[in-house]
Amino acid sequence: MFKIAVMGDYDSIYGFSALGLTIFPVKDGETEKAARTLRTLADGEYGIIYMTEKLAASLGKEIDRYKERILPAIILIPGVSGNTGSGVRAVRKSVEQAVGSDILFG
Amino acid sequence: MAASQVNATRMELTRQKKKLVTAEKGHRLLKDKRDELMRQFMDLVRENMELRKKVEKGIQNANRNFVLAKAGMSEEALRTALMTPKQEVYLKSGKKNVMSVDIPVFDWTTRTSDKNDIYSYGYAFTSSDLDGAVYSLSEVFPDMLKLAEVEKSCQLMASEIEKTRRRVNALEHVIIPETREHIRYISNKLDENERSTQVRLMKVKDMVLQDAHHYQE
Repeated sequence: MFKIAVMGDYDSIYGFSALGLTIFPVKDGETEKAARTLRTLADGEYGIIYMTEKLAASLGKEIDRYKERILPAIILIPGVSGNTGSGVRAVRKSVEQAVGSDILFG
Repeated sequence: MAASQVNATRMELTRQKKKLVTAEKGHRLLKDKRDELMRQFMDLVRENMELRKKVEKGIQNANRNFVLAKAGMSEEALRTALMTPKQEVYLKSGKKNVMSVDIPVFDWTTRTSDKNDIYSYGYAFTSSDLDGAVYSLSEVFPDMLKLAEVEKSCQLMASEIEKTRRRVNALEHVIIPETREHIRYISNKLDENERSTQVRLMKVKDMVLQDAHHYQE
């Protein structure tokens, strides 16, 4: 049995706690702490980790580490400050990785 | 070039021939695997993109509602209202094997079956906008889970396709031509040896005949 975590700045994620997801607020600039939290979550009982695009941008390497593992799934979501488009870019990147070039959404 | 690395022996020739057969069989199989993975990946990634757009739109919508809700009440009241959630989501994760790639299958249950348990607060001190905001977020949630499943599968399949593609290319452009070259080299060398033996024998025969009978052709 797994749980679902949401990481990001408090304003972007507090709503998810009402749905029953566990929220882990990260303040701006606390990349180190966020990376540590992510590691604990990923090795713990969390199967899906939703993360705001803004936070994910600063944790690139940490996230790549879990890309080849079946769990956890780290999924980018837009934050309250808007959509940076990195979620869509990640999808394109996986097409690029598989095919060699982005033939679908290019 | 590479030909200098092999011994020109019959044993080596048999070995290289066997290697060629295996490499060709492997190449064919891997190519099939790559094609099938690619086909499924294309469908999945299209679904992924659609879901992502839908989810992003939904979350942005919900975020807007939350900002409105926040504007209508104090920060403290909002934090208190959402501090102790009533509902909890449990995630069950299974595995599905698609062409030797394990992809996750998520199934979720909530702690209570009551849909209204997402409102974890009394209605006295919160603005009604908050109800709407929480509701709009709960609307997107099933799609978010589906997205997690699909997107993770896409990532896993993409890396598997990349690996398979490299293997296919390595077999096609390196291993198979190299082995063919080895086989050619060894059989040439063996033929050459045989001819040289033949000539030596003929020469020796001539010499022996001359020695014995002073015979000359």
